[in-house]
Amino acid sequence: MDVEILDHYYYTKEHEWVYVEDSMATIGLSEYAQSALGDVTFIELPEVGVEVEQFEEFASIESVKAASDIYSPMSGRIVEVNSELEDDPGRINKDCYEKGWIVKLELSDLDEMSELMKADEYRNFLSGVK
Amino acid sequence: MLSEEILKKTPLYDNHIKLQAKMVPFGGWEMPVQYEGILAEYDATRNRVSIFDTSHMGEFMVKGDVSKSGLDKIVTQPLADMPVKTCRYGAMLNDDGGVVDDLIVYRLDDEEWMVVVNGATMSKDEAQFEKHITEQGVFVNHSGHLGKIDIQGPGSRELLSSIVDGIEKLEYYTFNIFNVLGENVVVSRTGYTGELGYEIYYPQEKISALWERLLEKGAAPAGLGVRDLLRIEMGYSLYGHELSEDINPLDAGISRFIDWEKEFVGKAALQEARDAGVSRKIISFVSGSRRSPRSGYQIFSSGADPVGVVTSATFSPVLKCGIGLGFVPKEGYKAGEKILFGTKEKQWAAEVHARPIYKNSSLKS
Repeated sequence: MDVEILDHYYYTKEHEWVYVEDSMATIGLSEYAQSALGDVTFIELPEVGVEVEQFEEFASIESVKAASDIYSPMSGRIVEVNSELEDDPGRINKDCYEKGWIVKLELSDLDEMSELMKADEYRNFLSGVK
Repeated sequence: MLSEEILKKTPLYDNHIKLQAKMVPFGGWEMPVQYEGILAEYDATRNRVSIFDTSHMGEFMVKGDVSKSGLDKIVTQPLADMPVKTCRYGAMLNDDGGVVDDLIVYRLDDEEWMVVVNGATMSKDEAQFEKHITEQGVFVNHSGHLGKIDIQGPGSRELLSSIVDGIEKLEYYTFNIFNVLGENVVVSRTGYTGELGYEIYYPQEKISALWERLLEKGAAPAGLGVRDLLRIEMGYSLYGHELSEDINPLDAGISRFIDWEKEFVGKAALQEARDAGVSRKIISFVSGSRRSPRSGYQIFSSGADPVGVVTSATFSPVLKCGIGLGFVPKEGYKAGEKILFGTKEKQWAAEVHARPIYKNSSLKS
């Protein structure tokens, strides 16, 4: 399977992506994750204002095939959620890196990025997963 | 889970790989769960036409007088009154009255029968037949020779009639022998989707060409994922979920497929269960949101104690919410009644729904 991986994003072993701009992070699911899940039918988003720890579960997602949890790639406070996903969770399948973003986080510790994979590392990681 | 090396492959395995299907283990078989995607396959089946590989299912051939052969005793439904070239749904029970499998009987001729059973239960089904078919009957498991393709959807008649003469006249739950790409084979008007559809029993070594021809004619390939979704919307039972050896078949609502006038294996035990009183029933229900229930979740009425259990669950594209099937107490739980599903810790709102959930079925069109 040839999946799209964006170079300027960071990735986790659970297949979340994070895009960091200053101290603000946008978080979503990678192409690999959305493809493995299949058609997404439901997402339970966290409340704005909630504090999350790195690699802590903060949302849950269901597809026609499976249900799973989503983990935060970094620690911080949730400042925005993509509420469009509540009525149209299929956005995650159609456009996982842009319109399918899940939450925005105000980061509390930028050093945590060292715990994440860069695009190349994620590519290697995926070739081991398959 | 069985390891991959010993999973059986259907004669259409290479066709699935060519279509880049996602393959999963299912009842000992390596089967396609989806091709393009479950929602796209749903749309194709409900609105146009799709094809399913159901070659994992078993075909048991029996020759002989229906009662002297022992066949009548194996099946809960009456068989003697079946006209030739009709199908009948039924079940076979063990001595304790538990369901060994559900099945469809085809009367090929006065003394010739085909019984179609589930793939996952085939070996115990075969044991049941070997035990009960007498010396006056001949039983052959023909599953190793026959593959099967289900063609389903409101467009299935039109598509199939473009390659098979005479298919238009075939009525619901009947079958006939048709010339399909040069082979004289059984085609029945049956299925598991709630749509107009046909099942084609075809020689394994040639079935790949039939699959390809149906694709060329515009049928969409559909996998087990959407098959499950379609049958849950219709409220159809699936062996292993709503039916099993541990579930009283009367609770599972198959009383109308049981003929109390005749003798059948498990009857005595079932009578005892009937006299003791049926305690549960199956309902369809809809989640109050897009959140789907999960098989194994509990069902609650209002109190903290569970009253039932979810047996099947999915997301319904037509209602755009989660749906499920589950057991609840026999009394009450009528359509519209509020229930909850979940765990002791966390529960979500739902409502009992009339069966079937899907209303625009083309089944008998």
